[in-house]
Amino acid sequence: MDRIPILRMGPYLLVTIQVDMHDRLALTLQDDLTARISETGARGVLIDISSLEMVDSFIGRMIANIAAMSRVLDAETVVVGMRPAVAITLVELGMSLPGVRMALNVEKGMNLLRTSLGDGDAHATPREGGDDGQEA
Amino acid sequence: MTVRKRETVPVRTENDVVTVRQTTRAWATECRFSLVDQTKIVTAASELARNAVIHGGGGEATFEILDEGPRVGLRLTFEDQGPGIPDIEQALRDGFTSGGGLGLGLGGSRRLVNDFSIDSGPGRGTRVSVTRWK
Amino acid sequence: MPESNAGILPDLLRRHESEILDEWLREIGSLGLRRSDVIREVDLRTEAKEFITALREAAQSGSMDPASPSWKGVREFMNGISRTRAQLGISPSETATFVFSLKKPLFNRLRAALASRPDELADQLWLATEFVDKLGLLTVEAHQRSREEVIQRQQQDMLELSTPVVALWEGVLALPMIGTLDSARTQTVMETLLQRIVDTGAEIAIIDITGVPTVDTLVAQHLLKTVTAARLMGADCIISGIRPQIAQTIVHLGVNLQDVVTKASLADAFALALRRTGSTITRR
Repeated sequence: MDRIPILRMGPYLLVTIQVDMHDRLALTLQDDLTARISETGARGVLIDISSLEMVDSFIGRMIANIAAMSRVLDAETVVVGMRPAVAITLVELGMSLPGVRMALNVEKGMNLLRTSLGDGDAHATPREGGDDGQEA
Repeated sequence: MTVRKRETVPVRTENDVVTVRQTTRAWATECRFSLVDQTKIVTAASELARNAVIHGGGGEATFEILDEGPRVGLRLTFEDQGPGIPDIEQALRDGFTSGGGLGLGLGGSRRLVNDFSIDSGPGRGTRVSVTRWK
Repeated sequence: MPESNAGILPDLLRRHESEILDEWLREIGSLGLRRSDVIREVDLRTEAKEFITALREAAQSGSMDPASPSWKGVREFMNGISRTRAQLGISPSETATFVFSLKKPLFNRLRAALASRPDELADQLWLATEFVDKLGLLTVEAHQRSREEVIQRQQQDMLELSTPVVALWEGVLALPMIGTLDSARTQTVMETLLQRIVDTGAEIAIIDITGVPTVDTLVAQHLLKTVTAARLMGADCIISGIRPQIAQTIVHLGVNLQDVVTKASLADAFALALRRTGSTITRR
């Protein structure tokens, strides 16, 4: 396949990586995702890697980049479903992906996004108008 | 020590990198490695194959199953005729660069395997050989 | 026709099979090898009979070398009786003597057949001795192998028993580690814990090292790697039970535990885990 599909679910974007990606596909995903976040104003991105049998330094960097770029675009990224063997290997490789939030599965990942979105909204600067509604 | 099986494949494009991963996975399964050990050698193969393509200008990968007494090993050798690595020690030290540097690939691969050897220098190309034993 | 290097034994086995069997059983009895405390008489007789039959058949190949391919069936049979006897607690020497006692009936047969030819008798006796000795030694080796298998199995069991992952609460796992940790064990522990995290969907894992007397750099690094790997999967680890000596070692070794949550006791760690999962315990 030449692109990994990105699904939209309300304010969230959902990506399921199921193939053994070559580098170009990974870079395309990075580009596509940032473009979609911009277009849709999405606030959260969920990347499901539960099918990945291997994450090397390139894919690891891709994940870190996606999280960083999304944050710049005011969206939160959660990566879910990393397999134990993959996690052990990634740590041995020397990557710990510090800026990326993780969750065990899609359900927990969505909860995490919803919670962070909830907090985010409470402290967000209101877009319409300039006041905070305190005027009578 | 005997070589039970050997195969050499080209590593020139990023599709070849994917093929190297899949072949490594298949051979590692044949050697009955544990899942974690399989994942480690496949990841190392991915790193080294990519290095050969991106920094070495393309090369070849040789897969070998080794029998040494009771133990079985999977040896992968990546060879390219590229510019070579000027400072191997530096390259082996973890350097995560977002640019074109070798990054974690070389040093990281070393941690994922049991035996690691590298021969590289300007004008000499690069030859990296890694082995994972069961 | 048997070849000259096998001597006349194959022929004797063929023609006098049942007599050899009877004499052997008598010999076993008189040497006190019957072991009727663990082996039933009928089983012993069946075993001996099968053995002689196997010997006779293999000998027909013309070779009297138990290591040769045509003797594979006999070797497997011997592995079987060695294993059974090992499990019954019969010593390897006893099992070997059981086989060696076959010499007397064979020698009797040879003497009867070659009474008038002493030189040939001497040669054949020697061949027979070599032959039975090799058979006896096979049982010793098989016995040794089966003991090693038991030890390996027990080591595996011990490894699994000593790293139990306990579900303390919904979403909270605990791994009480006991005894000294070596590299191999810590690796197994790591893999087991991470798999249990996936299986149970637990977001918090408490690794308690109260029962660990010493921690060296390698072990500390392994623990750190476990914590990092768990985090990559979406779970958090709390390390509890760090005794003062271990705390000192860790600081001396320069291991960076900054990003890891640690608690003095398993109880404290559990309380923290409960808070994190949004549960509270109230007293009635």
